[in-house]
Amino acid sequence: MELGVIGILGAGRVGTAVARQALKAGYRVRIATAKSADEIALLAEIITPGAEAVDAAEAAAADLVVVAVPLHKYRTLRPDLLAGRTVVDAMNYWAQTDGVIADFDDDARGSSEVIQEFLAGARLVKSLNHIGYRELEVDGREAGSADRRALALASDDDDAKAKVAGFIDRLGYDPIDAGPLSAGRLFQPGTAIFNAAHTAEQLRGLLAEANEPALP
Amino acid sequence: MEIGAYSFGDTQLNPDGSQRETSEAVRNLFEAIVHADVAGLDYFGIGEHHTTSMPASSPGAIVAAAAAATKQIKLGSAASIISTDDPVRVFQQFATADAISGGGRIEITAGRGSSVETFPLFGYDLGDYDELYAQKLDLLMTINNSAAPEVTWSGSRRPAIADLAVVPRPASGRLPIWLATGGNAGSSARAGQLGLPVSFGIIGGAPHRFAPLAELYRRSAAQAGHAGPEIQVSVAALGLVAPTKQEALERFYPGWRNLNVEMGRLRGWPAPDKRAFLAQADAPGAYYVGDPDEVAERIVHLHGHLGHMRHFLQTDIGGLPHEHLLESITLLAAEVKPRVTRLLSRK
Ligand SMILES: NC(=O)c1ccc[n+]([C@@H]2O[C@H](COP(=O)([O-])OP(=O)(O)OC[C@H]3O[C@@H](n4cnc5c(N)ncnc54)[C@H](OP(=O)(O)O)[C@@H]3O)[C@@H](O)[C@H]2O)c1
Repeated sequence: MELGVIGILGAGRVGTAVARQALKAGYRVRIATAKSADEIALLAEIITPGAEAVDAAEAAAADLVVVAVPLHKYRTLRPDLLAGRTVVDAMNYWAQTDGVIADFDDDARGSSEVIQEFLAGARLVKSLNHIGYRELEVDGREAGSADRRALALASDDDDAKAKVAGFIDRLGYDPIDAGPLSAGRLFQPGTAIFNAAHTAEQLRGLLAEANEPALP
Repeated sequence: MEIGAYSFGDTQLNPDGSQRETSEAVRNLFEAIVHADVAGLDYFGIGEHHTTSMPASSPGAIVAAAAAATKQIKLGSAASIISTDDPVRVFQQFATADAISGGGRIEITAGRGSSVETFPLFGYDLGDYDELYAQKLDLLMTINNSAAPEVTWSGSRRPAIADLAVVPRPASGRLPIWLATGGNAGSSARAGQLGLPVSFGIIGGAPHRFAPLAELYRRSAAQAGHAGPEIQVSVAALGLVAPTKQEALERFYPGWRNLNVEMGRLRGWPAPDKRAFLAQADAPGAYYVGDPDEVAERIVHLHGHLGHMRHFLQTDIGGLPHEHLLESITLLAAEVKPRVTRLLSRK
């Protein structure tokens, strides 16, 4: 079966790790930054061998797009390019390391809900945010392995979520449906899910626990 | 290969765990640098940091004091958070220290810093993160590369300078200016494009993962037409040397734990896990914790991947007893360095 093309916006620590892991899984990968394709050609050749360095517009036109830019730059993303696309939001709001960003700090919603509002037409799926960039290439396992790590997905678009679940599985992780995009709050920085590695069973347990109504 | 140390300052702890004076941490740091000079260490870096547990906020001041009190050791920042400082001032402070040192052993390492506390402290907007860094670095390089004391520069994130003197000039005309990065590929490429030496901060994972970044750095430099002695790589890492591996682990772990507990409290992480520590403390982990043989061998092993010319360790974290820092420095200079030299000459 021909696997689709993965477009990655951001060639930082996360973007390049996702690119290499996707290449290993057999995907074709296009990687882009805010710079032009030729400005990152050498970077792609050496850091993500096999991935094609492209302009952001071309990465955004892939079958599945992973956004891994620093959160404070989210307004430099192009909503028009991402409209209608299946987009994985791997970004986190973490004031202690990234500094306070008013758009997120003053908002009770999860960071991905704010991103969804900005990328209005995108079919946004929150995932890949609660695994360290170094772990991503180390912790992946074959499906069925007893110690396989699980990653949560949250989205308001079920088709997009299913597509991203297939991608996560091929990267070497058990995809776990956490629910609508607002459920992304359950695996943001500071949560138990964010803070450690979990198997599918553990992750389901933590999600259930977090969803339980607080006792009066 | 140069062997060195770096520090952010390390506030000592009372037996009940409470913090002692930050001024004591600065005196300890100064004493450690003087000790390193006598012991024969090649380099000491002071990393700008602004927390009560790591209070080395002013590398320029410490470097100037140490310049007067030392004879041979190279001194620098590791790193100066250039985005939120004034490059004119940073240059002047280090050029002043260069004059005091007799010339030729003062360096600047420019970085972004891994946390963002300098932005609110100095009143900068985090939204300007990239622009500030790019422009401040450009100004710093413009001053350093100027043939005359008079400098002209303009940009959007700092008032322009029109033919004004920036003095003193370094004794040898220019200061070495390094670019620090924690493993972002774009930053490695940028260092090469600018023709600046690059300093990799490797604080977790297997250090040889940085090999492609070193290659990207060197090829970016070559592509931009930069060759020559300035195209070089150094590595900053965590570590402690003791007479035995067991002692090294026992000495380093409590401070490592304290630091991680503190960061965890700030950032909402769980308490650190000793297994994670131990995994990093053996090859191919990131912590150079061991006896002189092991640490030397691991530095030489990494050299096979990165070809770096300097390897320097941060040892004093989380209230490490000062005498353990001093002994580690002694061993680095007297035991690790000759072993590294010997092992490399056999290659
Ligand atoms: N650190 C982790 O382990 C981890 C894990 C999961 C998620 N995250 C999250 O992932 C995100 C990225 O983190 P990182 O550490 O990879 O950041 P990083 O190393 O700073 O890299 C960010 C990348 O984004 C690019 N970029 C900036 N604006 C862009 C735009 N408009 N279009 C396309 N590319 C753009 C940058 O390149 P140019 O500036 O050259 O364009 C750079 O390549 C953050 O939100 C972080 O919280 C981090």
